[in-house]
Amino acid sequence: MCLAVPGRVLEIEERDGTRMATVDFGGVVKEVCLEYLPDLQVGEYAIVHVGFALQRLDEESAKQTLELFSQLGVLQEEFGDPWELAAEASGSPWPGGSDAPQEAQK
Amino acid sequence: MKYIDEFQDPELARRLLEEIHATVTRPWALMEVCGGQTHTIIRHGIDQLLPDQVELIHGPGCPVCVTPLEVIDKALQIASRPDVIFCSFGDMLRVPGTGRDLFRVRSEGGDVRVVYSPLDALRIAQQNPDREVVFFGIGFETTAPPNAMTVYQARKLGIKNFSLLVSHVRVPPAIEAIMQSPDCRVQAFLAAGHVCSVMGIGEYPELAERYRVPIVVTGFEPLDILEGVRRTVQQLERGEHTVDNAYPRAVQPGGNPEALAMLDDVFEVTDRAWRGIGVIPQSGWRLSPRYRDYDAEHRFSVTGIDTREPAECRSGEVLQGLLKPHECEAFGTTCTPRNPLGATMVSSEGACAAYYLYRRLDIPNASPLEASPVV
Repeated sequence: MCLAVPGRVLEIEERDGTRMATVDFGGVVKEVCLEYLPDLQVGEYAIVHVGFALQRLDEESAKQTLELFSQLGVLQEEFGDPWELAAEASGSPWPGGSDAPQEAQK
Repeated sequence: MKYIDEFQDPELARRLLEEIHATVTRPWALMEVCGGQTHTIIRHGIDQLLPDQVELIHGPGCPVCVTPLEVIDKALQIASRPDVIFCSFGDMLRVPGTGRDLFRVRSEGGDVRVVYSPLDALRIAQQNPDREVVFFGIGFETTAPPNAMTVYQARKLGIKNFSLLVSHVRVPPAIEAIMQSPDCRVQAFLAAGHVCSVMGIGEYPELAERYRVPIVVTGFEPLDILEGVRRTVQQLERGEHTVDNAYPRAVQPGGNPEALAMLDDVFEVTDRAWRGIGVIPQSGWRLSPRYRDYDAEHRFSVTGIDTREPAECRSGEVLQGLLKPHECEAFGTTCTPRNPLGATMVSSEGACAAYYLYRRLDIPNASPLEASPVV
């Protein structure tokens, strides 16, 4: 019930003095009240919960988050188990007998 | 679909997991306080991919599950009245009250209707001027603004045959109650992203400081959960305890000002009982005096409520994170989604239902053949 899902605004209209939109959720189209996001525009995405748009989805920060994720792994390369990394790079199974556990305890 | 698919990418998930594995050196216990997040975690097996030292404790984040039995029983009584059309979200239908549920009330002749939005209930009231239409207004801060707007509209449009049975709850007082519990093992919180989309993050710095716990605002897709865990574990390992926003695409620090203004107008803060937990001070909302005429409890005198919880149901401990669902003797045996003892086995956001749906084959004492809902 608390599920809120992203949807894209297709159309906006005024109904009974209330700002309403038709919103596309990946193929399912629903009526959504825009009273809490009065400046939301056609084509923009919002988080929608029980028929209400509650917050605009910010494309720029979504991109930044995904970029951050794609840059992760530096820590693992620096401090990870070299045997595991080498095995992964070679595409063959880890031969075992690593000295990494002793390293890690230091 | 945009904003969903990219945040389920397996390669990026692997990178986040590696980063978490490389960061953790000691055991840590994190609590998520949102049933939607609990569901994502169990469905994708995220808890099983994390290092053994990182334990995810499932908090009281399922709104259906924490709605007190007394309110459910009031709903059942009001819904049974011949002059009433009782409207509810679908996931309340099978929540057990004392001896029956809304589904049973409907089969006994009550006019119970499921709506997608509270505005649908208002429309039903307009179409049925000679009937009383009651909407079951439950939920956290995410659901409160839609319900507030509906009451506001009813008043504005002069729709007098509409009322709300209110049992709204607020997350920050629940976090406080958990931290004050003598059994508390929680060392950090993943805060519910969509609650913060509405409320912002202003209520959290004081809690993080007072209880010295990191609070990381977290989204709902698998990558969002992993990022919430990663940032939380980083803080814990460094001995920090600050409020961090790991869900910036949907959470602004100030929340949604229009929604906050409406909440302030329509509701007022009150003490609220949580099912399985008890009364938490200042943890709920009720209608403010100027909207009292739209309060179903005020409009219908409900009497003779005598609540009884099944003794073998341990959902209160599950909701407080003291017990994992499968550790309950009734799990998957005398308690299943078809014959639930408690609300946590009913709601799609309840921890027991999530474990039943995705884990029961791994759990020896649950009998999958007898208990399966598809038999």
